[in-house]
Amino acid sequence: MKNKKGDSRFQIAHREALIGVGLVIFNFIWWFGFAYGLGHKDPSQYTYVLGLPAWFFYSCVVGLIVMVVLVTFIVKRYFVEVPLDDEGKVDE
Amino acid sequence: MNGQALFPMILMLIIMFGIGIWASRSIRSSTNFLQDYFLGGRSLGGFILAMTMTATYGSASSFIGGPGVAYTQGLGWVLLAMSQVATGYFVLMILGKKFSIMARRYEAVTLVDFLKERYQSKWVVLLSSFSIIVFLFSAMAAQWIGGGRLIESLTGLSYTSALFIFAISVLVYVVIGGFRAVAVTDAVQGAIMFIGTLILLIAVMIAGGGVSNIINDLYTENPNLITPFGAAGDLSPAFVSSFWILVGVGVVALPQIAVRAMSYKDSKSMHRAIIIGTIVVGFIMLNMHLIGVFARPILPGIDVPDKVMPLIALETMPAWLAGIVLAAPMAAIMSTVDSLLLLVSSSVVKDVYLNYIRPNASPKKIKTMSIGVTAILGIIVFLFALDPPDLIIWLNLFAFGGLEAAFIWPIVMGLYWKKGNKYGALASMIVGIGSYIVFDWLKIQPFGMHVVVLPVLLSFVTYVCVSLLKQPAMKAS
Repeated sequence: MKNKKGDSRFQIAHREALIGVGLVIFNFIWWFGFAYGLGHKDPSQYTYVLGLPAWFFYSCVVGLIVMVVLVTFIVKRYFVEVPLDDEGKVDE
Repeated sequence: MNGQALFPMILMLIIMFGIGIWASRSIRSSTNFLQDYFLGGRSLGGFILAMTMTATYGSASSFIGGPGVAYTQGLGWVLLAMSQVATGYFVLMILGKKFSIMARRYEAVTLVDFLKERYQSKWVVLLSSFSIIVFLFSAMAAQWIGGGRLIESLTGLSYTSALFIFAISVLVYVVIGGFRAVAVTDAVQGAIMFIGTLILLIAVMIAGGGVSNIINDLYTENPNLITPFGAAGDLSPAFVSSFWILVGVGVVALPQIAVRAMSYKDSKSMHRAIIIGTIVVGFIMLNMHLIGVFARPILPGIDVPDKVMPLIALETMPAWLAGIVLAAPMAAIMSTVDSLLLLVSSSVVKDVYLNYIRPNASPKKIKTMSIGVTAILGIIVFLFALDPPDLIIWLNLFAFGGLEAAFIWPIVMGLYWKKGNKYGALASMIVGIGSYIVFDWLKIQPFGMHVVVLPVLLSFVTYVCVSLLKQPAMKAS
């Protein structure tokens, strides 16, 4: 039984690591897409939001807010609490 | 004027001393000195964990160098800096529970302990300790220089005396208080950074006549300043994106960060730290670099980028408030230096001395050694920092890149890939560091990406190939 428990903790850990990778990829695409998608034109044609160039506003400011909300949601909803100590001896 | 600006700093130093003394008391009564001194007894809660990770990471490079470069490059550099938001959640999610469970099972106190148990190889231990000591030592020297410079520009003292004040302040609380002192002072320092950057950003916005006005001034001076491509238009998307590896995901492999991922109390603390860490890292990075950009129209023509932050604070705020705000970069530097110092010391004591020189040293001897080595290392760094090279950011990034190329795969694959073995780890470390140094020297940067990218890829390929090739040999031994 103990072995089984060790395994299931690692399954959780593996899944959460994959979620981390997924979040980074999403984060990167958002950041890159807005920055270079809106920022590549000539600065004279930029639009502005709250005084900042739109590319910067969406990529960096909104991007940060989106990541904070997403991370909070995912951690609260999908991350599982597990004991970190091995109870007694656990054989691999 | 300087007296007023100095007062908040002196107050901060006194608080740090207090924390050091408080932490040293819990160490004196400790039954497991090594784990307590170097890891705080694995008892960090979520808030402290998030703050100590952020503060350790947000160093002189980001606080003094970063805004300086943003001043020169414009919004493109803020974009680049935002790649660091990923560190807030990625490190803890990737190392996450598995690293923490394994570290407890192995009773690991340092990153090298983990590698030692995972790979069972003397050479992995020696090589990793060696690279930690060399690279982090140079990173630390860069940070001390930052600290000395900052005090110098604030007080008008000579660089040597400024550095001396800085060195003494850090040394005292680290040497007596160990990891717990480092983590708790980091939390205080992190809070100072958070609030300090916010106040300064607001002050700069007001002084510049509002965001629209500032952006307009920047556009008039040089339209490139408000594009993602840098002042001279030479920040290519490939170069900027490659910082996602250097200062984003690669941070997983930095020993001073990884060791924190084995220091927390329970998985609940870790969950909280992920959320708090993302908010704090993102907020600080965004504000701090924006300050650098917004400072440009207000104070044009600063030619030493490292001085942008102190000068703009003194320009836009009353002296006493500037003092509070400038305690922020000071806090950033101290919180990085203290962690590095303790980490290098743990590497010398635990990974080298106890593993190979005197494995059965008495508890009393271990205690004397730990405290002694920490103090001596501090003094050596001080001597190095007396004769400083310029722009600290690059020095610092060199150390980061080297360590990342060395450790990322032995840690990550060691955790998640059963077939990884000592041959793979060793080869991957050698290839990682070796190619990083050679490529940096020969300026090999495919597609204009940062030097770190290729060595990280190479060390991955090496890890996998060598591990697979050496599978049977491992069974035989």
